[in-house]
Amino acid sequence: MPIGWLWRALPVALLTFLLAGCNLADEQSVFAPVGPVAQEQLGLFMWTWYLSIPVMLLVGGVLVYVIVRYRRRRGDDSIPGQTHGNVLLEVVWTTIPVIIVILVAVPTVRSIFQLQTFTEAGEGDVAVTVTGYQWWWKFEYPQYGITTANELHVPVGARIVLDLQSADVLHAFWAPRLGGKVDLIPHQDNQLWLQADEPGVYHGQCAELCLGAHAYMRFRIVVEEQDEFEQWVQSFQEPVVQTVSSDQRVSQGRTLFAQKGCIGCHSLDNYAEGVSYGQPGFPELTNFGLRHTVGAGVLDATLENVAQWIMDPQTVKPGNYMPTLWAEDDPNREEEATAIAAYLLSLGADQASDRAQTVAMGGN
Amino acid sequence: MASSTTAPQATLFMRPTQRTGLASWLTTVDHKKLGILYILSSFVFLGMASVEAFIMRLQLMRPDQQLVSPDTFNQLFTMHGLTMVFLAIMPMGIGFANYFVPLMIGARDLAFPRLNAFGYWVYSLGGLMIYSSFFLGGAPDMGWTGYAPLTSLSANPGMGVDFYAFGLFISGIGTTVTAMNLIVTIVNMRAPGMTFMRMPVFVWMMIITSFMIIFAFPPLTIAFVQIITDRTFGTLFYVPAAGALPILWQHLFWIFGHPEVYIIILPAFGMISEMVPTFSRKPLFGYPVMVLASILIAFMGFAVWTHHMFTTGLGPVVNTAFSLTSFIIGIPTGVKIFNWLGTLWGGNIRFTTSLLYAIAFIITFTLGGITGIMVAMPTFDAQVHDTYFVVAHFHYVMGGGALLTFLGAVYYWFPKFTGKMLDERLGKVGWAFIVLGFHTIFFPQHLAGLMGMPRRIQTYPAGIGLELWNFMSTFGTFIMGIGLIIFLINVIQGFRSGKPAGNDPWDARTLEWATSSPPPYYNFATQPVVNSLDAFWAYKHPETLNVEPIDPRTAGREYDAGGIHIPGQSWWPLLASVMIIVGSYGLIYDNWILAIISGFAFIFTIFAWAFEGVGGHHVHPELQGGAA
Amino acid sequence: MSSAADVAAHTHPLTQDQPGLPGSRGAITAHGWRSTRLPDVKLLMWVFLASDCMMFGALIGTYLAYHNRSLVPPYPIDVFDIPLTTVSSFVLLVSSFLMVLALHSLRIDDIPRFRLWTFGVALFGSIFLGFQVYEFVHFVNAGLSIHHSLFGTTFFILTGTHGIHVAVGVLWLLGFLVQSYVRPTSSKDAVYLEIAGLYWHFVDIVWIVIFTVVYLVEFV
Repeated sequence: MPIGWLWRALPVALLTFLLAGCNLADEQSVFAPVGPVAQEQLGLFMWTWYLSIPVMLLVGGVLVYVIVRYRRRRGDDSIPGQTHGNVLLEVVWTTIPVIIVILVAVPTVRSIFQLQTFTEAGEGDVAVTVTGYQWWWKFEYPQYGITTANELHVPVGARIVLDLQSADVLHAFWAPRLGGKVDLIPHQDNQLWLQADEPGVYHGQCAELCLGAHAYMRFRIVVEEQDEFEQWVQSFQEPVVQTVSSDQRVSQGRTLFAQKGCIGCHSLDNYAEGVSYGQPGFPELTNFGLRHTVGAGVLDATLENVAQWIMDPQTVKPGNYMPTLWAEDDPNREEEATAIAAYLLSLGADQASDRAQTVAMGGN
Repeated sequence: MASSTTAPQATLFMRPTQRTGLASWLTTVDHKKLGILYILSSFVFLGMASVEAFIMRLQLMRPDQQLVSPDTFNQLFTMHGLTMVFLAIMPMGIGFANYFVPLMIGARDLAFPRLNAFGYWVYSLGGLMIYSSFFLGGAPDMGWTGYAPLTSLSANPGMGVDFYAFGLFISGIGTTVTAMNLIVTIVNMRAPGMTFMRMPVFVWMMIITSFMIIFAFPPLTIAFVQIITDRTFGTLFYVPAAGALPILWQHLFWIFGHPEVYIIILPAFGMISEMVPTFSRKPLFGYPVMVLASILIAFMGFAVWTHHMFTTGLGPVVNTAFSLTSFIIGIPTGVKIFNWLGTLWGGNIRFTTSLLYAIAFIITFTLGGITGIMVAMPTFDAQVHDTYFVVAHFHYVMGGGALLTFLGAVYYWFPKFTGKMLDERLGKVGWAFIVLGFHTIFFPQHLAGLMGMPRRIQTYPAGIGLELWNFMSTFGTFIMGIGLIIFLINVIQGFRSGKPAGNDPWDARTLEWATSSPPPYYNFATQPVVNSLDAFWAYKHPETLNVEPIDPRTAGREYDAGGIHIPGQSWWPLLASVMIIVGSYGLIYDNWILAIISGFAFIFTIFAWAFEGVGGHHVHPELQGGAA
Repeated sequence: MSSAADVAAHTHPLTQDQPGLPGSRGAITAHGWRSTRLPDVKLLMWVFLASDCMMFGALIGTYLAYHNRSLVPPYPIDVFDIPLTTVSSFVLLVSSFLMVLALHSLRIDDIPRFRLWTFGVALFGSIFLGFQVYEFVHFVNAGLSIHHSLFGTTFFILTGTHGIHVAVGVLWLLGFLVQSYVRPTSSKDAVYLEIAGLYWHFVDIVWIVIFTVVYLVEFV
C-alpha cells in the first residue's frame, strides 16, 4: 500500500485546504495584510510556497515510486547492481536547487532594499519613537510633541516611520497585519516603516523574550482617517485632566487616584510642563477613556476590566510591576478600584463617540 | 615491548583494572563503554527535556491558562532548549561516533582514551550541574540563547544564569576535546588501505563535524566567559549602562550557533548514509559528491550566522549577503536528498524500522529545508522570526532530522551494542506513533506562527485564531509520547530478552560488522586491512564490486606483531572533571576558598594524569570462530 | 611526561616500510597501526591551536567591537606605553628563538644545553609576565580596572587570557626541566618538547597580533 504517498500528500493537501477553507485571516495573522509591507512579505511567502509544491511532489513522488517499485519481494535475496553514481544525474540535481535558489533570491533581494533601506520621515509621514519597557510600550510623536502608551494611533495610508529604542532589555515590535518585526535593542537606533491602508484596530505584540510578563506585552495600532487622527492628536496636546463630572464615583476616583499614589508614576496630561506628577518611565494615561485596552493589550478597557486590573494586576498580568494597592480582605477594595476605573475612563470621554466609531470599523 | 605492561608506578592510586562493576565504568577509557555512557546519558537528558516540553504543551493547550507561572514557563523552555541542543542531541551523535568511528576505521580505540573519558565526564557532570539549579533557587530562564542583557545581574539576579554559563562552558570543553580526539583518531588510525575516500560516510561526517566543533565552540566559550566574569567579577561586557552592545552577544553566540545546527545534523546525515545503502543493498549514490557537499556545508555554515539576526537592524546590505549565503547552503543539502533517493533507486529495499526512520527523515528534513529557505528571506523572516513558524522549522530540522535518525540508528546498531535484536514489529508501531505524533505536534506550529503567535510566550489570548493549532500540537505530544514509551519498552526488552543477533544481521557494508557483537574490548583480533570502499561488503560479495577479495578481519596479522595495546584505566579523568565542577559551584556561590582549593586540586589531577602515563598492556587474541 | 615506553610508542614508531602491504605510508607503533607518520600528540596540538585561534579571534573581536566605546577615561592612548611594551614583546620574541635552540639541543641529545635553553625560555616568559604584571598595576593605578570601563574590561580579559597562556607554557617548560633531573631524558622525548614549542610559538604569534591590533593601531 502506498503509505508514503499519503504521507507526502497529507501536509500538502492539508495546508492547501487550510489556506483556502479555514479562516486564517485573523486579528494577528500574516495572512491578512492591510498595508504594502505586510503585502510584500506575504507575497514572498506565497511565491516560495508555490515553488515548494513541485519540489515536494518531486521528492515525494520519487520516494513513493522507489518504495513501491524497489521494495524487496518475499524470498528475493538478489544483490542489485552496485551503481556508485551518475555524473549526468548528479549535475542535473545540483542544477535544480540552484535554479530554485535563484528564483527565490531575486525577489528577496529586491524586497530587502525596498523595505529595509534606512529612511528619514518626510513630508506626510508620521514619525514615532517607540520605546520598549518591561512590559509595555511608549509611543512618542516628535512631530506633535505628544506621548502615549500601548496604543499607537496613525492616519490611514500614511507611511509610519518608527524609531525603535529599548529602556531595559531586548524587545521586538511586531504588528503582523502591517508588517514584520524589528528588535528594540539598548543603545542601538533601529528603524522600521509600516503603512496601513484600511482603518481599523490591529493587534501587535512583543516578539523577543523579555522575561516576566513577556506574553502580555501587547499593543494595538489604531488606524484612523486623517481628520480623526488630527483630532486625536489635538486631544493629547490639550488634555483635560480635571473632568467636571456630576458622577459621584468619578470624583471619588479622581481623589483616590492621587491618594493611592497612582500619580507617583502615571501622567494624565502628557507630561505637560509644570505638572509634578507622573514619570516618563511609566505608561501615561492621558485621555484613557479613548483606549481600547488596559494592561498593554491584555484586557478590553471596560469598566469592569479596568477595575479588575487596578485591583489585582498580578492576577491579570503575572509578573508586571504594578503594585497591589489593597489588601485582599480590604472591604473597600472593589469599590475604590471601580471608582478609579470610572475616573480614568471618563478622561477624554468627550471623544467617546469617535471611539465607538473606530471600534465599529476595526471590529473584525 | 609487550612488557610495557606497567609495573605499578609511583602513582597516588593504584591503576584501576576492574573489568566489571561500577568502578569499571567510572575508570573506563574504552571508547565502546564511553560511547554507551554518552548515548545513555543523552537519552536520559532527552527524557528530561521531553517532560519539560510536555508541561509546556499542557500550559499552551488552551488560551489564557495558568497551569504554570510565567517564571516557571521561562525556566522550562530554557532548559528544554539547552538540554536538547547541548545535552541530548549533540552528545547522541558524539556517542555514536565514540562507539563506531574506531570500529568503522578498524582501530582499537580513540587516539587519546583518557582524554575521551574526560570529555564524557565533563559533559555529563556539567549537564547535571545545570539541572541541579532546579533545586537551588531556580533554573535559567532567559532562553537557551541567553540574549544579553537578559543575562546581566541587573536584569536577572537569580542564580540560574550562573548555572547556565558555567554548565555549558564546562560541557563545551568536553565536546571540544572529544572533537579534537576524533580528528586525530580519524586522521591517524585508519586501517591500512583505508584512504580518505574509502572511509565510511559516517566517519567523514564525524571528522567534518569535529572540525566544525573545534572552530565553533571557542567563540561560545568566550561568550560564556564574558557572562561569567560579568556576573562574578563585575566586568562590563554586557552592561548597557557602560556603553556595551547587547548585539555582540548575538554575534558570538550565532558564530557558534549556526555551525552547531550542522554539528547536530551532519552525524545524522552520516547515519542515514549508512542505513540507506545497507537496506537497499547498494553503495551510497554519489559518495564523492556527498563528501564534497558536506565539506561545503561546513564551510558555508560559518558564513550564515546573521540569518538568526535578520530582525536586529543590521541593514539591507548585511541582510542581503547573509540571505544569499543561506540560500547557497541549501544547494548541497538538496543534493544530499537526491543522492539518498538515488541510493534507494534500483535497490532491493528491506523495510526495517531503521529504514522507516530514514524515510521519515528524508520527508521531514525536506519540509524543514523548505521552511529553511523561507526564513532565509529577511523580509519574510521579519514576519516569522521569533514565532512558532521558526519553532516548527527548527524542530523539523533538529527533531525530525537528527532525532528521528538517532532513533533509527539505535535500531540499526543495537545488535552491535548488545548482540541482541530489537523487536521489529514493536519498533514499527513505535515508529508510526512517533512520526505521526511528531507531525501532529509541529506541523500546526507553522500555522500558529503565521497566525501571529510569538515563541516563548507563556500564554496567548483567546479569539485570535490560535486555539486550534495549539490544541492539535498538544494533542500530538500524547501520540509522540506513546511512541517514545514504546521505543523505551522495546529497548529494555531487547536488553533483557532480545533474539541473538549474530555478527552481521543486516548484511551490512562497513567494518564494525566484521567483528563480533558486542565487540571484544580489543575490537578486532587482528588489524583489519581494507582495499575498497564498503570494505566488509567487498569481502562478502567481491564480485559485485570487482575487487580482490581480502578478509579485513585476518589480512593484517603482520601489523599486530607486538600484540594489541590496551590502554590502562584511570581515575584521573573523572577526578579532574569533578574538581572542575566543585570549583564551579565555589565560584557560583562566591565561595573563594572552595574555588581555589579545587583549582589546585584540578592542577594536581592533571599532573597526576600526565605522570601516570598511558600504561596498559598488550594482548594477543586468537582469532575466534570462522566467518560471517 | 610519561613512561619511556609510552614516549617510544608515540615518538619513534617502528617505521618499517611495508612494501608488500597496502597503506604503507603509515607506520606500526607500539600502540598499533598509524595511518600517517605524524605522532598523535603533535596532531592534537595542531588541532588545539586551530581551536585556540578562534578563541583569541573572539576575544580580539570583542576588543575591537568595544574600541572607542568607553564612556569614561582613561582611554587606551592615555595609558599605553609603547616603548615598554616593545621591550616586553622583544623579550617574548627572543624566548621563541631560545625555544628553537632548546629543541635542537634535545634532538642531538645535548642535555646540558637543552636545560640551559629551556630554562632561558621559561625565564624570558617569566620576564614577559613580569612586564605584564607591572603594566597591569600601572593601569590600575591610573584608574583603569575591569569594572571601570569597556576598555578596562576588554583589555584585561584579552591580555589576561594571553598571560595565562604564557604562564601555562612556563609551567610546562619547568616540568621538562624538572623531569630531565628526575628521569633519563633523551632525544626520544623531543616530540613533547616540539609540541610545547608549537604552543609557545603560537602564543608568541598571538602576542604579535595583540601588540599590533591593540597597542600600535592606537597610535596610527
